[in-house]
Amino acid sequence: MSEVVQLRVEGVGRVFPGVSGRPPVTALQPTDLAIAKNDFITLLGPSGCGKSTLLRIIAGLDRPTSGRVLLDGKVVSGPGPDRGMVFQSYTLFPWLTVAENIAFGLTERGLPEAERAPVVAEFIAKVGLRGFENHLPKQLSGGMQQRVAIARALANSPDILLLDEPFGALDNQTRGLMQELLLGIWERERKTVIFVTHDIEEAVFMASRVLVMTARPGRIKADVPVDLPYPRHYTLKTSPEFSRLKALLTEEIRAEAVLAANEH
Amino acid sequence: MRPLEPVSQPMRIALGISFFVLFFTLWGAVTFSGFVPKTFLADPITMVQDGWLLLTKFNFATDIGVTVWRVVGGFVLATVVAVPIGILMGAFKPIEALLEPMVSFARYLPASAFVPLLILWAGIGEMQKLLVIFIGSVFQIILMVAVSVSNTRRDLVEAAYTLGSTPGGVVRRVLIPANSPEIAEILRLVLGWAWTYVIVAELIGSSSGIGHMIIESQALMATGQMIFGIIVIGVIGLVSDFLFKMVNRRLFAWRLA
Repeated sequence: MSEVVQLRVEGVGRVFPGVSGRPPVTALQPTDLAIAKNDFITLLGPSGCGKSTLLRIIAGLDRPTSGRVLLDGKVVSGPGPDRGMVFQSYTLFPWLTVAENIAFGLTERGLPEAERAPVVAEFIAKVGLRGFENHLPKQLSGGMQQRVAIARALANSPDILLLDEPFGALDNQTRGLMQELLLGIWERERKTVIFVTHDIEEAVFMASRVLVMTARPGRIKADVPVDLPYPRHYTLKTSPEFSRLKALLTEEIRAEAVLAANEH
Repeated sequence: MRPLEPVSQPMRIALGISFFVLFFTLWGAVTFSGFVPKTFLADPITMVQDGWLLLTKFNFATDIGVTVWRVVGGFVLATVVAVPIGILMGAFKPIEALLEPMVSFARYLPASAFVPLLILWAGIGEMQKLLVIFIGSVFQIILMVAVSVSNTRRDLVEAAYTLGSTPGGVVRRVLIPANSPEIAEILRLVLGWAWTYVIVAELIGSSSGIGHMIIESQALMATGQMIFGIIVIGVIGLVSDFLFKMVNRRLFAWRLA
């Protein structure tokens, strides 16, 4: 892992204005963060802790009320193809086939069909969907749709891949397989990844570094490196070191969850 | 019967037909028995005979053709103008802010009330008939298309931006394709309303068309002919609606689950 900082978050905070006379809500306290190239970061926290807000600000889909985000030294001012994104909801374009969905970003860049085709074929193979090129999204299961969404983001060759609880709506078995698939791709492609999740096991299994976030107001509470070797196999989930990390993170989050639960 | 429980296809067809059987039976009963005098309501058989006479002797097919032409002409004009404006309004909020109050107001102006004015402006020729349908349809289409485009799934738009789409690209490659099925449905709906406007336009200052035939028949107290004319409109409406639905289903197969 190189120590070149690729993404820098400087004092980024987000306050949502109060609705109908209520006080404004601080979704994210001013946060500083440096993310190294090729790192696999998971942002772990309970719902409402601002982890998605932080990710959306990095993606350029939301604007910070304070601070700024720098990608390779350049200030992020809006969404762009250099930051690929996979959403929790299924966001494949329902009128396009699997192949056309994956080619969407390439078409926007004006690449001719002849140059798009090999890239699309490559990524269809990488996410294991050969034979489904001409299927429509509605014909695919949730897991397959998210695989297409990952392929669509990666086909655009972004510098950073952002994932917002991409496997949140999947059943447990599918989710496990998807984690391995994504890890496999990351191990080969070596992209910088920021992965938002509320699942502790998922966070530890995937990440080289886990950032624990807490709610009210949202902030980063702990920064935990995960020194388990890659490539990782699902059997890792039963190893002592994995359990130790899981227990540690559970403690970090639990205190906050209890506080949050008592507020209501 | 339980709420929302589906009904089998043969049963659906049988029930649909039985309504018409019941309707004609009732109609026949009240007219043949003399319960309703012939002057006010012709019996079903007279209606069919009158219809046949209209078609064979009085060249009613031409009237039907003229009316269909007017509806389609006015409707196509309205569509060509309204759909792009609606899309722009839905996509760009300043354009919406500019036009929405005017369109919302204009939508409630009754097309039929424009007929006397339009006769003054455009005479009693074809242009006046087309304008009535145009005025009746254009504001409805604009507003409904704008609402549909406004309601486009935000996550699809965001996904397009993260894939490098420009604002123009989002309109072209997300907003328009995402809303095409809905727009086609809107057009189908408004085409139905256009039929009402054309008859109103033909009732006043017209020398051809189904509406003209109906008003002529009234002078002759020929209720059979009037009813036949009304039924012809219903049948054409039904057929065009069916065709529209079929084309939509073909074009937008991706939307069906």
